[in-house]
Amino acid sequence: MKVGIPKEIVDNENRVAATPKTVKRLIKQGFEVFIETKAGENAQYSDESFQSAGAHILTSAQEIYSTADIILKVQAVSSEEINMMQEEQVMLSYLNPAQNGDLLQQLANKRINAIAMDAIPRISRAQKMDVLSSMANIAGYRSVIEGANYFGRFLNGQITAAGKVDPAKVLVIGAGVAGLAAIGTAKSLGAIVRAFDTRMEVAEQINSMGAEFLTVDIDEDGSTDSGYSKVMSQAFIDAEMALFKEQAKEVDIIITTAQIPGRSAPKLILDYHVAAMKPGSVIVDLAASSGGNCSLTRNNEVYTTDNGVTIVGKIDQLPAQASQLYGNNLCHLLDDMGKAEHFKIDLEDDVVKRAMVCRNGEIHWPPEPLPVSPTKTKNDTQALDENAASTATTSAMSKGVRMFITLGIIAALLYLIGLVAPTEFMGHFTVFVLSVFIGWQVIWNVSHSLHTPLMAVTNAISGIIIIGGLLQTRNSLSDPMTILAFIAIFVASINIVGGFFVTHRMLKMFRK
Amino acid sequence: MISTQIQTAAYLFAGILFILSLGGLSSQESAKRGVLYGIIGMIIAIVTTVLGAQVEGHIYIVIAIALASIIGIFLARRVEMTSMPQLVAILHSFVGLAAVLVGFGSYLDPHTATLTGAAHSIHLIEVYIGVFIGAITFTGSVVAWGKLEGKIRSKALLYPGRHVINIILVIICIVLGVLFASAPGTEGMIHLYIMTAIASFIGVMLVMAIGGADMPVVVSMLNSYSGWAAAAAGFMLGNDLLIITGALVGSSGAILSIIMCKAMNRSFLSVIFGGFGNTTASGSAKEITGEVTASNHAEVAQLLKDAKSVIIVPGYGMAVAKAQYPVHELVQKLTEKGKTVRFGIHPVAGRLPGHMNVLLAEANVSYDIVLEMDEINEDFSETDLVLVIGANDIVNPSAKDDSSSPIYGMPVLEVWNANKTIVMKRSMASGYAGVQNPLFFHDNTDMLYGDAKDSVQKLNAQLQ
Repeated sequence: MKVGIPKEIVDNENRVAATPKTVKRLIKQGFEVFIETKAGENAQYSDESFQSAGAHILTSAQEIYSTADIILKVQAVSSEEINMMQEEQVMLSYLNPAQNGDLLQQLANKRINAIAMDAIPRISRAQKMDVLSSMANIAGYRSVIEGANYFGRFLNGQITAAGKVDPAKVLVIGAGVAGLAAIGTAKSLGAIVRAFDTRMEVAEQINSMGAEFLTVDIDEDGSTDSGYSKVMSQAFIDAEMALFKEQAKEVDIIITTAQIPGRSAPKLILDYHVAAMKPGSVIVDLAASSGGNCSLTRNNEVYTTDNGVTIVGKIDQLPAQASQLYGNNLCHLLDDMGKAEHFKIDLEDDVVKRAMVCRNGEIHWPPEPLPVSPTKTKNDTQALDENAASTATTSAMSKGVRMFITLGIIAALLYLIGLVAPTEFMGHFTVFVLSVFIGWQVIWNVSHSLHTPLMAVTNAISGIIIIGGLLQTRNSLSDPMTILAFIAIFVASINIVGGFFVTHRMLKMFRK
Repeated sequence: MISTQIQTAAYLFAGILFILSLGGLSSQESAKRGVLYGIIGMIIAIVTTVLGAQVEGHIYIVIAIALASIIGIFLARRVEMTSMPQLVAILHSFVGLAAVLVGFGSYLDPHTATLTGAAHSIHLIEVYIGVFIGAITFTGSVVAWGKLEGKIRSKALLYPGRHVINIILVIICIVLGVLFASAPGTEGMIHLYIMTAIASFIGVMLVMAIGGADMPVVVSMLNSYSGWAAAAAGFMLGNDLLIITGALVGSSGAILSIIMCKAMNRSFLSVIFGGFGNTTASGSAKEITGEVTASNHAEVAQLLKDAKSVIIVPGYGMAVAKAQYPVHELVQKLTEKGKTVRFGIHPVAGRLPGHMNVLLAEANVSYDIVLEMDEINEDFSETDLVLVIGANDIVNPSAKDDSSSPIYGMPVLEVWNANKTIVMKRSMASGYAGVQNPLFFHDNTDMLYGDAKDSVQKLNAQLQ
């Protein structure tokens, strides 16, 4: 199998679909790798480095398209590129299938088997090939770096001989992958970080990254089955706008990451928000390319407003890093598709079925929905929609009922025992039940690797039954009780001594 | 002489020490201290009991303990780590036997006759239950010992209608129990005898019906029984320390059984009543295609030299061949050459929970590189070479992808994700589950036949 990587021809696209490292990986998977000369130039990967990784360098895109069985690309192909391709070729790239109907038609006409990397379903198994996540991670990181760059002060608070510096306050709007990456980066630079998201389920993730979760007083959850947020009600939006207004006066850097697939980005920061901000503040808009979350954002431009707020609508892609991660995503997908030897387009596979938007001359878009909500099973009460809400409550209720019944049965049994048993027995019974509980708690903490010593030690202490023998020994050997007790003491002592000794022997062996 | 109050206080203290002792096992560092607590607790318990007013016949007690201590130390010193499961099993049987004897003794105790009404009946029921559990534990453990030692065929012995027979036997025991509890004086002795015989039989049959790979569950189950037996003895003697200790041991064994069952994706009941080791008949499992590639020591040694990261997956085969020492040597050689070497341990590898950890510890392998299944499963895809030493079912890919396989759903070590896997095995025979292993037929799997110890030693020689 031959894999071909042409140079990206779109302006401003500095990434490349393979790096020397991923080339090595592809070769390990059994592929032969062909790269157009200078494909990695803008991402700081030279032809030599590709060559020494084992790739063959070809001089033109035409050669790549006519040699390879599988084409790896970053940006969607253009009409000219499609003309160079051969039928039945497999192509992996961004396609943006929701907006690119024409392109899909062209690919289908040419009978290209095209996989849209941006249509990989967001399920756990496919995380390793999820380019949206890997690229969003970079964007999130970079957004903080850009923001810090245009912001004229430190991000962290310092107390120096020259005076005290307050830490900068960063507001992150939208806590998806990019948002969380931004939170983490801003936090590690020492800023005070706040974050807002309409999806209640991410509150925990925001807190875990060390940011404060901002919320409005309206009980509405923006989660959907797709993992993206939905469009919220007017009341919610009003409350949200008021919240942003308050925050705009206070914070130094706003990073917006809210994007809804297939739609232009929601306008979250309006002109009056910008007007409320302090001079020197920065807005970094990660949604600039889809219209911007800030109404004043200009795509691919950085400028300062009249009141001194810098709005960043252009983010460096970190092409070297981005190519590496994108290349890894591609390798993972090819790995899943059977590597070179067993390469197969498996339409039973959830990932391939959904991401392969063109196959055998047909368009398969949009795919059937596949619900993914990471917390859905974890949290019954956070309802995702009306239906889920009602089922969740019923299951919570039936759980409660079951618990209630169990407790009732236990109470009844205890009552029956209490009815007939003498006082002395009840005392012992109490001790017994509590001990079982203690044992239950203590034993779960025992390390897996110590299970054999645990058995030996429990063996030894269960030799405590020796006490029974001790209490039954009589002075006369002719008493059958003495004989029984003697044997009992004897075997129980073997247990005690043997058990402890062998445990000691075993534990002595465990060493670092 | 020690007063009863002081005795109770001492028992409480001993109980606390036992709890701390088990709690200490949560990590390797605190475990040694834990054992010390246990020993102190035991000494306090025995000494205060012996010094108590109601104890007679001190001379016999001293003789019994002295003799037993010699034997106990002798056994514990001599036992090889590979035969730990046998030792543990036989020690369980002692507890069971002691429980039976104490039960009989308590019944013969003249004090019993002085009880009246509900107190008398309850006491007799306590005796009865104590003896019942004790007898099952005793014979069950003896059979388990025999199976582990290889004296009894380890294959599950199944006969038709065994569930019905077991249920009938239990019902008979209950009827006898009612008769026993209502019999005056020691006239119920005959019922007690018959029940002991039946319970012994149940114990034998229970363990006979369980196959080899389920042994870890059986041993932990018997561990649990021995605890309940001690607790039951505590009830009949009215002794809280016995009750506390018995309950601790009982729940410990129960938890181990649950952990083992989870690791095999089986329900506890199906193990006890199942006879899982023999389900080959239902082997409608997928036909396996492909060829097995046999390798030789020189080739494997070369692979080891080339690999950067190695994971060793040991199984019962390593224990049988006593290969842990050469394996440690191999690890040392590889580490010296700058390779990352780690161990992946499946929870049910071996015949006892945690068996592999003990064997590797014996051979001085640092426990830092001995990882649990959950810790290491992710890493196989980034590993150059996996050495499977005498393991089979725990590395069977059918558990993941073949829903018709009897072991489908059991968590396994995903060794096939590594670049190359070497399986060291004596022959192509299937594992205890009786299931064929498609791993052997994978393209990136090679077989290295022969005794594990022998093979590892040859590899060591090649690596010089």
